[in-house]
Amino acid sequence: MRVLYTLLIKEFKQIFRNKFMLPIIFVVPVVQMIVLTYAASLEMKDIKMAVVDQDHSTASRLLVSKFSGSPFFKINLQTNDYEEAVRMMNRDQVDVILHMYHGFEKRLYTGQATDLQLVVNAINATEAGLVNMYCTQIINGYNSQIRAEWFGFGDSGKIASLEIIPQLWYNPMLDYKIYMFSGILVIMVTLIGMMLTALNLVREKEMGTTEQINVTPVRKYQFITAKLLPFWVIAIFELAFGLVVGRLLYGLPIVGSLGLLFLFTCIYLFVILGIGLFLSTISNTQQQMMFMAFFFMVTFIMMSGVFTPTESMPTWAQKANLVNPMAYFMRVIRMILLKGSQFRDLSREFYSLSVYAVFMLTLAVTNYRKTT
Amino acid sequence: MTTTTYKHIIEVKELVKKFGSFVANDRLTFHVERGEIFGFLGANGAGKTTTIRILCGLSYPTSGEIQVAGHDVYREREKIKQKIGYMSQKFSLYEDLSLTENIRLYAGIYRLNRNQINEREEQLLERLKLSHIKNRLIRDIPLGWKQKLAFSVAIFHKPAIVFLDEPTGGVDPVTRRQFWEMIHDATIEGITVFVTTHYMDEAEYCDRVSIMVEGRIEALDTPQALKKEYHSKSMNDVFLKLARK
Repeated sequence: MRVLYTLLIKEFKQIFRNKFMLPIIFVVPVVQMIVLTYAASLEMKDIKMAVVDQDHSTASRLLVSKFSGSPFFKINLQTNDYEEAVRMMNRDQVDVILHMYHGFEKRLYTGQATDLQLVVNAINATEAGLVNMYCTQIINGYNSQIRAEWFGFGDSGKIASLEIIPQLWYNPMLDYKIYMFSGILVIMVTLIGMMLTALNLVREKEMGTTEQINVTPVRKYQFITAKLLPFWVIAIFELAFGLVVGRLLYGLPIVGSLGLLFLFTCIYLFVILGIGLFLSTISNTQQQMMFMAFFFMVTFIMMSGVFTPTESMPTWAQKANLVNPMAYFMRVIRMILLKGSQFRDLSREFYSLSVYAVFMLTLAVTNYRKTT
Repeated sequence: MTTTTYKHIIEVKELVKKFGSFVANDRLTFHVERGEIFGFLGANGAGKTTTIRILCGLSYPTSGEIQVAGHDVYREREKIKQKIGYMSQKFSLYEDLSLTENIRLYAGIYRLNRNQINEREEQLLERLKLSHIKNRLIRDIPLGWKQKLAFSVAIFHKPAIVFLDEPTGGVDPVTRRQFWEMIHDATIEGITVFVTTHYMDEAEYCDRVSIMVEGRIEALDTPQALKKEYHSKSMNDVFLKLARK
């Protein structure tokens, strides 16, 4: 105990003596929490639209007013010339073109089927899907209105006999920021846990002081505990700090039990610190370590479901996520914070992460060598 | 430590260390007497550091019988580590800790008690005349001071033997002289010194010297005997004659 205590004192002194450490713990996360939460949002606002109105009728103007009145659309161009609209799309100045042909109103009025064209920039498929959905909603609303006004209520009543009233659970305001924020918390805690641990270990190796410690009677478990424990504490603190910031900035809901969340965090961090330790055992320089850590981090993040639900990933990717600790924790943090899930809802994640933690730490500790 | 029954503090028989097909240590056999200053010389790449690392338990030998302070290097590395001190050519104190913090760290690792630590720390700083800067970070003090401090820390727990791997690399002649006075003082306290160096004038201070060439020990004796045997005026000449063979 005495030796461990001595080593822990040393680690904490070194960590907080490092000029970069406090900014890494306090400033970097706040910037991430603010910038990424807004930047990574998938909410659509100000969709840039070009209107090609070749009909110039009451009906066509009514449809345009539906779009210009919506907070989601911004009409950047109104023209007769379809080519001009296409040129603007090529220059990325519009996202969608609404094209109404000559005779639009006449055909509508005489009860014939009427075409209009909607051209959506689909380079970003997700965005295009959303744009398409918003447009369709507005056009459908316009359609029912026309039918009601021109042909009387009866007709429209019959057509819209099945009305869907959506109930949005867990996030009734469709606040995308809350969803993103919880994901960013996970990334932050992982980054601190994995990178700082591995960096610290490899740095000592580079400096040559690890070798000095290895000729002393310090036991492997003492050295490793002294190296991991500080970052375990710091990462847990980081989560608490992040929750406070989220609460203040975004009114982050904390529906479930904080105790349960921290229990999961403790176990999750064992996995992450284990990976950090393992990375440090297989690299000799900070550069090597950074490249490998970067690879793991990016893969973990992209697969974790921070942006896209893991359920909509292909089956092989879902299988691969069985070994992605971040995917578990991403699910857990959202279920606890936003849904208020209980331990019984999360028992599978709990056992998986526990097994993972034991496995990872064992692997890392056995791979750590005092004698070569 | 004084009641131990072993004859030589270091006993090496037929030590072989291979890295792949490269033989770094080729059937080394030698011993070190208790309380002597044993100079372990050789050109760069002769295999000195490899041997030291094996004796300290940092590296496994490929074969051979090796005992340090009466303990076997295969089975009793942890016991050996209680009894040795080590100062490597890579600088080994923590740059971001102060003098006092470094001393207390290593003292704590060897489980010295509070009174021992306070007393020895005071003595040490006094002797090195560093008391006035004891709270300064290591990175802010000159190399020569660091090296003297590193040596003092390496023998702070009064080990049976201390390994010094090129301890005086890059320091001025005055500091080197002072450093060797400290080494000499350590032997008076009963500590055996196992030292590698490139400076042949330093070899003259050793009780016995071995010269390693390409993984083998080519010569081992007192400096006087070696100079006589190789008809040389200085250890420098002895070294050149052997290394050029």
